[in-house]
Amino acid sequence: MSNGGSNFQSQVRSVTDHMVTALAILATIIVVAPLIAIFGYLVFKGASSLNLDFFTKIPKPVGETGGGMANAILGSAILLGIASVIGIPIGIGGAIYLAEFGRGSKLANSIRFTADVLNGVPSIVMGLAAYSLIVVPKIPFLPFTGHFSAISGGVALGFMMIPTVCRTSEEMLLMVPNSIREAALGLGVPNWRSVLSISVKTASPGIITGCMLAFARVAGETAPLIFTALGNQFWSFSLNQPIAALPLQIYVYALSPYDDWHRLAWGGSLVLIILIVVSVSLVRFVTSRGVLKGNS
Amino acid sequence: MSQVHLQPEPSEPGGQQPTVTTAPVVSAERRFLLSRGNSVNADRFFSWLMLLCGLSIFVIVGLIAFELVVRSELSWHKFGLSFFYRSFTDPYTHVTTFWDPVNQFFGARPFVYGTIVSSLLALIIAVPLAIGVAVFLTEMCPRVLRSPLAFLTELLAAIPSVIYGLWAVFVLVPILREQINPFLIRMLGWTGFFADDNPTGLGYMSAGVILAIMILPIISSLTREVMTAVPHSQREAVLALGATRWEMIRMGVLRNARIGIVGSIILGLGRALGETMAVAMVIGATPEIHRSLLANGSSMATVIANEYAEAVGDMHLSALTEIGLALFIVTIIVNFFAQLLIWAVTRGTPAQAR
Amino acid sequence: MGVGIEVINLNAWYGTNHTLQDINLHIPANHATALIGPSGCGKSTFVRCLNRMHETNPVGRVTGTVRIGDLDIYADAKPVQIRRRVGMVFQRPNPFPTMSIYDNVAAGLKLNGYSNRRALDEIVEKSLRNSALWDEVKDDLKKKSGASLSGGQQQRLCIARALAVDPEVLLMDEPASALDPVSTSKIEDLIFQLKSQYTIVIVTHNMQQAARVAEKTGFFLNGRMVEFDSTHKIFTNPSDKRTEDYITGRFG
Repeated sequence: MSNGGSNFQSQVRSVTDHMVTALAILATIIVVAPLIAIFGYLVFKGASSLNLDFFTKIPKPVGETGGGMANAILGSAILLGIASVIGIPIGIGGAIYLAEFGRGSKLANSIRFTADVLNGVPSIVMGLAAYSLIVVPKIPFLPFTGHFSAISGGVALGFMMIPTVCRTSEEMLLMVPNSIREAALGLGVPNWRSVLSISVKTASPGIITGCMLAFARVAGETAPLIFTALGNQFWSFSLNQPIAALPLQIYVYALSPYDDWHRLAWGGSLVLIILIVVSVSLVRFVTSRGVLKGNS
Repeated sequence: MSQVHLQPEPSEPGGQQPTVTTAPVVSAERRFLLSRGNSVNADRFFSWLMLLCGLSIFVIVGLIAFELVVRSELSWHKFGLSFFYRSFTDPYTHVTTFWDPVNQFFGARPFVYGTIVSSLLALIIAVPLAIGVAVFLTEMCPRVLRSPLAFLTELLAAIPSVIYGLWAVFVLVPILREQINPFLIRMLGWTGFFADDNPTGLGYMSAGVILAIMILPIISSLTREVMTAVPHSQREAVLALGATRWEMIRMGVLRNARIGIVGSIILGLGRALGETMAVAMVIGATPEIHRSLLANGSSMATVIANEYAEAVGDMHLSALTEIGLALFIVTIIVNFFAQLLIWAVTRGTPAQAR
Repeated sequence: MGVGIEVINLNAWYGTNHTLQDINLHIPANHATALIGPSGCGKSTFVRCLNRMHETNPVGRVTGTVRIGDLDIYADAKPVQIRRRVGMVFQRPNPFPTMSIYDNVAAGLKLNGYSNRRALDEIVEKSLRNSALWDEVKDDLKKKSGASLSGGQQQRLCIARALAVDPEVLLMDEPASALDPVSTSKIEDLIFQLKSQYTIVIVTHNMQQAARVAEKTGFFLNGRMVEFDSTHKIFTNPSDKRTEDYITGRFG
């Protein structure tokens, strides 16, 4: 009796076990399938839209076919340049503080925690802040304030880069063994020099790829640019003027009723995706090799 | 200070006092090093500079909070908390409105509703799948597949929201409109959640599905992380009692990792709440409240994206900013708890999809 | 040429842990002095107090006087200045992984701003010769990374790196403990040659090593220096019972 019961029970258990396995596999398939679909569709649609014109021409007016997104690519490059100038040094500086000076201190822990929380603040909120900080007030002696401009968009993106750069760089710095810091200090090398020439240099492959990842992430950000960089249908080289950006343009074109613009949107998406795939793969490559083997 | 005494001090092995003093032989490199400063000021300057960079994180959070509070003052002074629930019923037409910038009527209720509904839908769809994927990847997956699948999830977490939106507009929404929604209406139409009155395919449902796809990689990769953080001994202990694999996962892994899993779900929720572009492209952008999940709506983030650049008047701007402030506060709180839970398990590695 | 070291009432702490208590000692110039004792006895902390490395640890604290030559290192100078005069070789070989062999040796000078290339070439060669590594690496000085060498070679590279700044004192914290016997004997030969030019302080857990290379030996126990005398006397006729117990293997 009890024997039969336990037999039945063990059958139930093994059936449950198989069912759960099947469910987990099913879940993975359900998840992976649309993802591959997204990629496939993107590559298919995007590749057919990319040509020389895409990279060299600005958009044609509605009704004319052809044209490209050259101004948006340039605009994104300018915006990302501004963002990197702000985000990368400050982010790495923060990482140096966390990894080299503040290790284990309460202040460092709260900075670390705040950075993680800041990472989760919606990008649209960052855009609002940049708007109210730079676009609204006319600050004396700062000619780029008081109106929509490339600078305001770049600042919003730069602020978004800081926590990401900071946390990834910190992790890379923590991978540098303490023994080589001691070696440098033992030679009478000043601390600042030891940090820059030994710790940062040793971790640099990792730090660089971390920066690339942050770069790629903000490269696709649209929300913070809507009311800072604003967008522009034409060439713009001025940091003081509204400027086009690839993701903004994709957004506008995707919601437009014109096939030709849809085509451009897909092409722009593919360009962004390639940038992201390259940087994510690089990060993975570097972290799997370990920070130390990246000898220069 | 830096010019120190160069006299060598030869002495007998056992002698306590130096007895002979020979002329110093000082190499060029020694002379150079002795002439270098003590770099105390440079070091101090450097460490302060780095500290400043670290503190900039606080400054940014402070600046965001300050700017949002200041710019939304008009709105919260006028409406107070009623901003989030007020509505206006026209005495003649009996039409209820919540948000009408042309007539300067502002209430955030439809946006709060849209944000909550779309995010909850996303969680309902994403959480079981994400945990399934994480279980598969950590406990069952053949080694060959593990790394490409993990890589794929990483990539997905990095795809820009506008691209998800683009894909949703051209692929997902048509599928929902043509295949899924009619099915839901037929089967579940009687509940009132799936009304057949919106031919566009846009709406809460589309937003929820695309959000689910977007937060899946975040939840599953974090869940995977906390699951791998469960020590092997815990698994073996359960297996040693004769448990099947599922029992081992349930008792040995999920139970031990549950705090971190909850953390990663909350983090996914935080992302869903603040997600802007993809939702803006598929939710329909109407400031209304509908029981039907297939109806058009709007959300907090999307109304800001859609209206801010063309806002009419200070009150409109201020009201939109107040929505942004609310979003900021909510996501800060949500992320705070998520990070707290995840840190409790992984001890301080940054919580981001990696 | 090396200089002598005078240690007066040296105390050191790790947080609340009093790791060194009232150390008084004179280390003679241009000789090798060995410090022995069971692990955790404070001998490593002691050498780290001689170049102010102890205070790189946020909870490390030191009181007392250490005079290297005529310089009171805690009162009259800053840490970086001391460390340029006092070379240190660590327990595990720690070459800079991103630097070539050449740059590793030149690091102490280069990172301190020395830029005379011709002089650097000479110094690197001299240092590598002095550390008996020149013949093994002279062909790929700038091609190979310091981390590509074997463990024993790496440790000799670290010695060359310490010698390149022409220090007066060379501190060695168990320099051979992570190495195989052949590499160990090479390091010991090296110490034997170097001690005519530098004051060498070597921490070791290996008593035979102390006996082979050092003229003077100090025995540390529980943060105190129990006995300091000529190596011969310590190993044949120690005056303290605890020293005798230790060297005859009764504990530690």
